[in-house]
Amino acid sequence: MSEAAPKIRIRGLSKAFGPKRVLDSLDLDVPAGRGMVVIGGSGSGKSVLIKCILGLIEPDAGTIEIDGRNVLTMSRSEREAVNAHIGMLFQQGALFDSLPVWENVAFGLLARRMMRRAEAKPRAIEILAQVGLGPDVADLSPAELSGGMQKRVALARAIAARPDIMFFDEPTTGLDPIMGAIIDALIVAQVKRLGATAFSITHDMASAQRIGDTVAMIHGGKIIWVGPAHAIRESGNPYVDQFVRGSSEGPIKMEVRR
Amino acid sequence: MTALLDLLAAIGRGLFAVLSAAGGVTLFALQAVSHIVRPPFYPRLLLRQMLEIGYFSLPVVALTAIFSGMVLALQSYTGFARFSAEGAVATVVVLSITRELGPVLAGLMVAGRIGAAIAAELGTMRVTDQIDALTTLSTNPMKYLVVPRVVAATVVLPMLVVVADILGVLGGFIVGVAKLEFNPGTYMARTWEFLEAQDVISGLVKAAVFGFVIALMGCYQGYHSKGGAQGVGAATTNAVVSASILILTFNYVITELFFAR
Repeated sequence: MSEAAPKIRIRGLSKAFGPKRVLDSLDLDVPAGRGMVVIGGSGSGKSVLIKCILGLIEPDAGTIEIDGRNVLTMSRSEREAVNAHIGMLFQQGALFDSLPVWENVAFGLLARRMMRRAEAKPRAIEILAQVGLGPDVADLSPAELSGGMQKRVALARAIAARPDIMFFDEPTTGLDPIMGAIIDALIVAQVKRLGATAFSITHDMASAQRIGDTVAMIHGGKIIWVGPAHAIRESGNPYVDQFVRGSSEGPIKMEVRR
Repeated sequence: MTALLDLLAAIGRGLFAVLSAAGGVTLFALQAVSHIVRPPFYPRLLLRQMLEIGYFSLPVVALTAIFSGMVLALQSYTGFARFSAEGAVATVVVLSITRELGPVLAGLMVAGRIGAAIAAELGTMRVTDQIDALTTLSTNPMKYLVVPRVVAATVVLPMLVVVADILGVLGGFIVGVAKLEFNPGTYMARTWEFLEAQDVISGLVKAAVFGFVIALMGCYQGYHSKGGAQGVGAATTNAVVSASILILTFNYVITELFFAR
């Protein structure tokens, strides 16, 4: 039986900042239509990994293929075309505070000239409804919303252009456990509805198990374990065990400096 | 010997940092200019920036110009009285305002108001991932954030300087007529008598260059800021200081180009 080609294929990815080697010849496959969660401690390179895939940081070496094409050798316009099929939920939401909520949600649709402003607002209100927000928030500024509502708006913006691949950077950070669970449920529902591939990074184990089919652990710039999300507590890997237990005793030594 | 080597190393590091920053700004400027002529264009953002930079800077530029014209008339009158040249006050006021004070003072005031605001806004967008979010939404931050600000400032600053020129001359006129007891008709005749088109044009060219420099430094510092609130604060300070120094430097260069014999 031949295995289906991965949606994202990373090989030999390396990135250093000065003497600090953050990613060290990292390999990872993200299967199409599945939820992959990368876990790891603070400063382990999770954010650098996701930024390399999104084209926000240029790696020193390696390849990143999306649908079989190496995105690192693409021209800027080709890369923008790939990004048109990608949705990203940033850790702090990264909503544009100079724009009202509805323009934030419709930003990608307007930027890619997919529709005119007059059509975009009703469409943005529809998308806001999908993440549980009413039309009354459409004209508010992002600064007028609570953290949970901002996260929902950011999710609405990420799903607006019906992406094939969705990236989530610490989706529950800064939220209380109940709101975290609500955001996770929304993420799972929207990813399923779109049939998208989901790639998340988090250090929240409860969130990782809720949104991931597969979990990979990053440590020392490499992926040291990959397995099904439900089996993470029986991984047999001392690094994963320590991380899941949240124990200070074990092979992982946290660095004080970044 | 070691102390001398340390000193040379420090000078070398400083020089290297200055050259590196100059190279970075030059590349950023070339990138910005290259994006001005390539679509997509954002006319709505351009208009918003023109309003922000031009219309909302009018009060501060107007007040600066009118008081500068007034004090210039007063100072030149008391100074020129020492060698009985009071009659040159109107000419000195109009030439000083159109050639130098109008563009330089408007430039410095706008650098403080707009350069700082641009650096703070883009810096905050950088540290809160909003600039990265633009990229993931298939929007080039250079086109969306930098080009509208640079074009708007370059276009609008000459307009502000026209206003500054008129109000500066008016300030001199008010003091000349109301306090120094010049005849209004004579004062205006003296104002026009020696004024040449080149005086006004050189001021407007300076203003366009200053506008470009102010927006460019604000965008460059904000775009490359890092390290949270402290980084944004540093970017804001650097934007105003570097724009102010560049304004004074380019002021000399342009004056040399226009008026050197």
